[in-house]
Amino acid sequence: MKQASDVILSTEGLGKSFDGLRANNAIDFTLRKNRVHALIGPNGAGKTTFVSMLIGRLAPTDGAIWFDGQNVTEMPAHRRVALGMGYTFQITSVFSRLSCHENVALAARRKAGRGKGEVEAVVADALVRVGLGERADEVAGDLSYGHQRLLEIAMGLASAPRLLILDEPTQGLAESEIAAFKALIRALSAETTILLIEHNMSVVMELADEITVLNFGEILAHGTAAEIHANPAVQAAYLGTETA
Amino acid sequence: MSRKDLTLHLGLVALLFALHFILPAYHHGIFARVMVLAVYAVGYNIAFGYTGLLSLGHAMFFAAGMYGMGLVSYHFGVPALPAWFVGVACAAALAFVVGLLALRTQDVSFMIVTLMFAQAAYLIILYFSEVTRGDDGFVIPGALRAIGPFDLSDEGTRYIVAWILFSTALLFSLWLVRHPFGRVLVALRENEERARLLGYDTGRRKLASLVISGTISGAAGAAYAGLFGYVGGSFAGVQYSIFALLWVLLGGAGTVLGPFIGTLFMFYLIDLATEVTEAYMLIAGVVLVLLTLFAPQGIVGEIRRRLWKDLP
Repeated sequence: MKQASDVILSTEGLGKSFDGLRANNAIDFTLRKNRVHALIGPNGAGKTTFVSMLIGRLAPTDGAIWFDGQNVTEMPAHRRVALGMGYTFQITSVFSRLSCHENVALAARRKAGRGKGEVEAVVADALVRVGLGERADEVAGDLSYGHQRLLEIAMGLASAPRLLILDEPTQGLAESEIAAFKALIRALSAETTILLIEHNMSVVMELADEITVLNFGEILAHGTAAEIHANPAVQAAYLGTETA
Repeated sequence: MSRKDLTLHLGLVALLFALHFILPAYHHGIFARVMVLAVYAVGYNIAFGYTGLLSLGHAMFFAAGMYGMGLVSYHFGVPALPAWFVGVACAAALAFVVGLLALRTQDVSFMIVTLMFAQAAYLIILYFSEVTRGDDGFVIPGALRAIGPFDLSDEGTRYIVAWILFSTALLFSLWLVRHPFGRVLVALRENEERARLLGYDTGRRKLASLVISGTISGAAGAAYAGLFGYVGGSFAGVQYSIFALLWVLLGGAGTVLGPFIGTLFMFYLIDLATEVTEAYMLIAGVVLVLLTLFAPQGIVGEIRRRLWKDLP
C-alpha cells in the first residue's frame, strides 16, 4: 500500500485477538496530516487496543501499520517514537518520584541534536503551555490528578512529535481544566497532527476535524462532527446510551 | 552538578585521605578493606539503586575480577597492574553475556536468573579446582603484588591504592547519575514502560547499566585480590551477592554516598558485636531489622528525605 502525501498514518486490515476475544477486527484507518482526529466509541469498543498497536505497545495479530510512508508494523515502540510518534497514557503514567522538570526533560532530551540550553528552553516552554510553569520543581507524585494529566501532555509536547496520540486526556479533569485543555489542543493543531481518544463529547465535537467511531472492535462510522452527530447507527451504539 | 554536591563528595574523599595519617593501625586496615568493598557496593548500586535491577548474583562479577586478576598472576606471573586490567575485562565480558540473557527477564525472574548464573559461576570455580584451587583458594606470590616500586602488601600503599580506586568509583558514580544517561537509568527504575514510550531503547540501556555495574564490581574484586593477596571461592558464594545488596540497602539505594556508608556501618557493626558476644550475628540482625523499620530508605536515603532533598 502506498500512502497519499497528506496521510501521516494509516492501517490496513488491522486486527488483534486476545485468546478467543476479537478486540479489533479489520480496521482500515487513515489519519491526515495537521488535523485533529478523534477516535470514539463505547467502553470496550477496542480504542485503547487500537492505539496501543499504533504506538507499538501491543503487536497486532494481523494487518499492517504505516507511518509517514514506512511500514512500522514490526518496529519496536521506541523506534516509532524516534520517527515522530508521541503518546500520552490513559492511566496517568508520569515518573512520580521525579520533579516535573525532570519528567519533561526526559521527554525533551530524546530528540536528537538538542543541546543542554535547548532542552531547558523546550522544557520551560512545554510546562508553561500546559500551565505548570510555576510547578517545575515540584515532585510529580505530589501534583493533583488533573495536574498530572497536564504533565503527561507537557511530556508529549516536549518530544515535539509529528503525531501526538492522546489517550483520554481529559479523564478526571475539572471543567475549568477542560476549557484550558481545549485551548491548548487548538493551538497545538497548527503544529502537529493529533489523534484524540476521548469520552467527553463536548471536547470531541468542538475540537475534532474528523471523527472515527469504533464499536465491537470495528469501524462503525467516519465523518465530520456534524455527520457523526446525525448518524443513527452511532446514536444507537454510543450517543444514545452513553450521554443520555 | 551543583557546587554543594561536589563539595560534599570531594569532602569525603579528602576526609578519607586525611584519615590515612590519623587512624590507628587497626582501623586503618579496616578502612582500606571497606573502601575496596565499597567500590563493589558502588557498582552494585548502579544496577540496583539507580536502574532498579535487583540482582542476586553480583558476586560473580566481583569474583570474575578477582579470578581474572588472580589466575593470570598465579599461573603466568603477570604483574599486578596489567593483571588488574585483565580482571576488569573479565568482569565486563561476563556482565555483558549475563546481561544479554538475564535481561530477557524482569523483577523476581531476574533475581532468580542472576542467582542461578552466580551459582553456576561458583560451581565452575569449585569444579575446576586444579586451576582455581577450589574452596581453599590461593595466595598471589608476594613478588607480583607491586605496582612499580610500590609494594601492595605494605599497609600504607594498600590504603592509598584503595583510596584512589574508591575515589574514582565514587566520583564516576556521581558524574554518571547527574549525566543525562544516568537520568534515563533512574527513569527506567521509576517507570520502564513510560521511558520506552518516550523513545528510549530500554533493553540497551539496562544492558549498559549492568555492564557498568559489573565492571565496577569486578574492579573491586580484582583490587581485593591484588591488595590482600588472597583469591578464594567463598567470594563467589551467594553471601557475597547478599552483602552487596545489604550494604546498599543500609546505606541508601540510589544515593551516591550510600554504598560507602552502608559498607562501613555493617563492618563496624559486626566488629563491635563480635566484642560483645559470640552470637554477634544476632546483634547485627536486630540492628538491621530496626533500620529497615525506622529508616527503610537506608542511612543516606533517610538524610535525603529529611534534610537534603537534592542529595544525589
